[in-house]
Amino acid sequence: MSIRLENLNYVYSPGTAYEKHALKDVSLTIPHGEFVGIIGHTGSGKSTLIQHLNGLIRATSGQIYYNEENIYQDGYNMKELRSQVGLVFQYPEHQLFEIDVMTDVCFGPKNQGLTLDECRERALEALRLVGLKEKYYKASPFELSGGQKRRAAIAGVLAMRPRVLVLDEPTAGLDPKGRDDILEQIAYLHRQTDMTVILVSHSMEDIARYADRIIVMNHGEVMYNDEPKKVFAHFRELEEVGLAAPQVTYIMHDLKERGLAVDTGVTTVEEAADEIMAAMR
Amino acid sequence: MIRDITIGQYYPAKSVLHRLDPRVKLVSTLLYLISLFLFKSIPGYIMATLFLFGVIRVSKVPFKHIVKGLRAVVMLLMITVIFNLFLTRDGAVLFHKWIFTITEGGLRTAVYMTIRLIYLIIGSSLMTFTTTPNELTDGIEKLLYPLNKLHVPVHEVAMMMSIALRFIPILLEETDKIMKAQIARGADLESGNMIQRAKSMIPILVPLFVSAFRRANDLAMAMEARCYRGGEGRTKMNPLHYKTRDRIAYIVVIVYVIGVFFVGRYVPLGIWIF
Ligand SMILES: Nc1ncnc2c1ncn2[C@@H]1O[C@H](COP(=O)(O)OP(=O)(O)OP(=O)(O)O)[C@@H](O)[C@H]1O
Ligand SMILES: [Mg+2]
Repeated sequence: MSIRLENLNYVYSPGTAYEKHALKDVSLTIPHGEFVGIIGHTGSGKSTLIQHLNGLIRATSGQIYYNEENIYQDGYNMKELRSQVGLVFQYPEHQLFEIDVMTDVCFGPKNQGLTLDECRERALEALRLVGLKEKYYKASPFELSGGQKRRAAIAGVLAMRPRVLVLDEPTAGLDPKGRDDILEQIAYLHRQTDMTVILVSHSMEDIARYADRIIVMNHGEVMYNDEPKKVFAHFRELEEVGLAAPQVTYIMHDLKERGLAVDTGVTTVEEAADEIMAAMR
Repeated sequence: MIRDITIGQYYPAKSVLHRLDPRVKLVSTLLYLISLFLFKSIPGYIMATLFLFGVIRVSKVPFKHIVKGLRAVVMLLMITVIFNLFLTRDGAVLFHKWIFTITEGGLRTAVYMTIRLIYLIIGSSLMTFTTTPNELTDGIEKLLYPLNKLHVPVHEVAMMMSIALRFIPILLEETDKIMKAQIARGADLESGNMIQRAKSMIPILVPLFVSAFRRANDLAMAMEARCYRGGEGRTKMNPLHYKTRDRIAYIVVIVYVIGVFFVGRYVPLGIWIF
């Protein structure tokens, strides 16, 4: 069970003045059950990359294997792939359309050909998983706040019971509390089920906290693909491409330079606190 | 996907044509379109062709790009050909079977109407390829300015046009994203009969309308926040002024139109070749 990309290239509007080589020779393997973070500057090709994972856009060249099966081969069941790889887009406004939240969340399961009862059952389960309060189930999706819309949109994809959940900046435009809530909820989902989670984000802090592995994109190329602390060790290079390591990385490096024997590889504030406490003792 | 529609979309390049005053391009396009109907003989067509190709060369828009834009109107061209071919009864009969009759006159009209239509479309799309929507509405506003005296709200109409034009690519992009979001949830947009397909558009149309209204609202608010009060007393950041190259362009076009008129009328090569 894995997703494997081989030498993926994608060019937007080839042969026109707007031609844009958005992905360059991307090769990756994402094993099942992993929590992967994708980060990169604006326009580095993150959204383009993840839209390949469920076949929404077709690579200009290169191959994608889902469970060792080439998704570009003739007769490959794209519909099945799309129900296994659930993709939540950046803006919930792009997918909410039904008269109430419940019906909207049912849209995915209904397309999978489930009966009405099964749809409702799955919708309820998904809505509970994302932590949307019950009083909103019958509300119009357009009356919800930004954070609630986002939850409804995630539920709409979760209700299809995907094996892989891909989220494109699920925290954009949320307040710190809303952001933490959503990310906690996603991390909880990841622990509860054996789902693979692929999270696109602009925040190193967020990704450092949850991801097992970080993929750093730079101008359409994969720059790093490693565990968080190994990626953050390159914080100088990250700065050069307009990113930054989490602030704790800087603090730990500073402390070490000034003679405190700490491990500079820690990635979260909690770990850093423990590490400093240990060094001070 | 849907963003690959090229007909009439601005094509950025550095050419004299791109730099010309939009009024020149508007008037010249109109003159060119009229000129296509001023002649009926081969020398006229040769001149119109040479002129068009000359302008294409100057515009630096790749020929391939122009032809791609034509693909969208193939149906229209086909209909023109079929109607002219079978419905014109004029001259010797070339082909007759059951209810289909092709006459020499029909064939001639079909060929010439097709050429005219293609030139018409290329001519006007050359204008939109080389002029940004903003320049275009600026040009229209200035050209129609005298109508203000007749209480035609020229500025408001031009503003509406430029907003509408600006919204087209935004809404196309939005449609693309919405379609992807719904396809990702298993929406089936292609199969089924008419009614099913119309129904499957609902998940696309609802978010699209919601977003269009939201954007319109935001825009109105943003314009008001910047004290927009309509055209009265409003000045331009880049007022349009004719420069030497604009005057030369006018002269070139007028010479062409007069030339094509006389050549089309009086050069005795009125033979039709098929
Ligand atoms: N539909 C499109 N048509 C043409 N070019 C596009 C299209 N979508 C994206 N691009 C271009 O491809 C490149 C990669 O875009 P992409 O949306 O994948 O970036 P991203 O990493 O998701 O950025 P962000 O962090 O801003 O979301 C950008 O340079 C962008 O301008
Ligand atoms: Mg993006």
